[in-house]
Amino acid sequence: MPLLKVTDLRTHFHTRNGVYRAVDGISFQLERGETLGIVGESGSGKSVTGYSLMGLVPQPPGRIEGGTAIFDGVNLLHSPPATLRAIRGKRISMIFQDPMTSLNPYLRIGDQLIEPLLIHEKISKPDALKRTLAMLEAVGINDAQARLRSYPHEFSGGMRQRVMIAMSLITKPELLIADEPTTALDVTVQAQILELIKKMQRELGMAVIFITHDLGVVAGLCDRVLVMYAGRVVESAATRTLFHHPRHPYTLALQRSIPSTQPKGSELFTIPGMPPDVSKPIPGCAFAPRCAHANEFCATLDPKLVTIANDHEQACLRVQASEI
Amino acid sequence: MPAAMPEPILELKDIKTHFPIHRGFLFRKQVGTVKAVDGVSLSLRRGEVLGLVGESGCGKSTLARTIMQLVPTTGGAVLLEGKNLTQGSSASVQDIRRDLQMVFQDPYASLNPRMTVFATLSEPLLVHKVCPPGEVVARVGQLMELVGLAPRFMEKYPHEFSGGQRQRIAIARALALQPKVIVADEPVSALDVSIQAQILNLLADLVRKMGLSLVFIAHDLSVVKHISDRVAVMYLGKIVELGSATDVIDHPQHPYTRALVSAIPVPDPDVERVRQRIVLAGDPPSPINPPFGCAFHTRCAFAQEQCKTGMIPLKSFLNREVACVRMGEI
Repeated sequence: MPLLKVTDLRTHFHTRNGVYRAVDGISFQLERGETLGIVGESGSGKSVTGYSLMGLVPQPPGRIEGGTAIFDGVNLLHSPPATLRAIRGKRISMIFQDPMTSLNPYLRIGDQLIEPLLIHEKISKPDALKRTLAMLEAVGINDAQARLRSYPHEFSGGMRQRVMIAMSLITKPELLIADEPTTALDVTVQAQILELIKKMQRELGMAVIFITHDLGVVAGLCDRVLVMYAGRVVESAATRTLFHHPRHPYTLALQRSIPSTQPKGSELFTIPGMPPDVSKPIPGCAFAPRCAHANEFCATLDPKLVTIANDHEQACLRVQASEI
Repeated sequence: MPAAMPEPILELKDIKTHFPIHRGFLFRKQVGTVKAVDGVSLSLRRGEVLGLVGESGCGKSTLARTIMQLVPTTGGAVLLEGKNLTQGSSASVQDIRRDLQMVFQDPYASLNPRMTVFATLSEPLLVHKVCPPGEVVARVGQLMELVGLAPRFMEKYPHEFSGGQRQRIAIARALALQPKVIVADEPVSALDVSIQAQILNLLADLVRKMGLSLVFIAHDLSVVKHISDRVAVMYLGKIVELGSATDVIDHPQHPYTRALVSAIPVPDPDVERVRQRIVLAGDPPSPINPPFGCAFHTRCAFAQEQCKTGMIPLKSFLNREVACVRMGEI
């Protein structure tokens, strides 16, 4: 049985300007210990997917319109709050993009770190402190004992992200949702944080959902990848397959627009146009208006995610018809 | 080195930009100095793209602002076609603005939300009286076409455009006065990959077509390598390596450049999973009390006693300049 099985998740935002279908029917599953990458551009719905699983979608204007997310037998989308409280922050935890805003500036690091332990576990305060200290050392913070009494502003960006990671892993979760945890950091610090996530994953055996727009990060970290576009999954495959044999035109285009994959100074491949407005109805394939291979059927027929090879699904009608 | 080297259009001579740190309210006194830029000499040739890379806090944005004279220099000179910008009245700086323009990182913050595209693009034309008022509309239309925007959007406001389109407007604004040099401070960092590629193509195209010289600042080395002719690597206010983009990024020599290049994830799982990565420990030291000697010695795997004292100058080594005393040994 998979650790997490998401089926037809739909999260919409009801605003004065219309209904934004941020996540519009995505399905995937995750085994224990597996690392799943979710890639896509801004507005593709990758972060909202993470927020939906954690119950962090502000409601209203957000609304989970349908679908299930079964985590070890519990539906994360429709369960009593008490059941969910026992899971979120203990068995599933999340780290965010911006370590500057996701820590409470008024509380000492030690007080913030110890909170999940005191809430979720029957543990005495001295024991909890001991674990907090060990955790801070495990994420590579020197002089941890003294640092417990520091405030977030006394740390650098990379250090704050380490504290965030320590806080999210202190309850030894089975699933970590990482929403662009290294996007705001320098490459050298990014390398440190990625190594740290890998090390902690080995030690705790947890599964990771890694949300990012950086294909390079995915290449080094993930077992499987979902590519999202306009709130839907357009392709899903094992990492090697996705990088070496991408089939969906969007995945191909995304790969070809990275400068490091192209000869220096050459004109970079660009995807014409812009992602669609998800508040308007999108007939047919959402990528069709920007796709070089689109024909008249693409603009009318709704593409479905279809398995084309072992553990490789994609949602392009023309690929499915073996035309391209 | 090629025989006929184009003359430099912009020269930086031992630029120092320091910021004083004050403490106290009634009895304010200076308690320290942030040496954001500390002795940088560079030259930009006509028609050249010079990439400037480094981590946050290394002083690359301060250097950009110093070139633009948006912050006062503590020492050194900025020469634009031989004219020293650091000495001179504000009126002469105003003149220089025509030749020297800047594009900023965040197109959401660098455009005035209350000004239409027309107002934004016509302002420099009117202030500098570059064309008769009757021709302003036509000029603004040309500028928009130049950056790939339809002139019919002239009366729209910034919020009606996407991030990539806003960056195009910011570039059009920088081009309005037909400058000779553009300083672009992280112009693509806030954009998605597919949009980033569009803006990079546009900048490369403008450099070719209009004979612009460009100082291109970014932290993404693959982007910098793609667009730049030469690359300068900064660490704690100083240049540590300077050479052609392919030399510096494909065959880095300074231990810091090596670590920086090695930290970029490669978008190929077969390569990314087996390659040896140099992971630097800790963060860069504070520019308030930078370490003596080579500023990088605190994080460098090759550091010796000799690295901890004295000034480490840039020296020629393998077609480039490197500020490391152990070049050749490591």
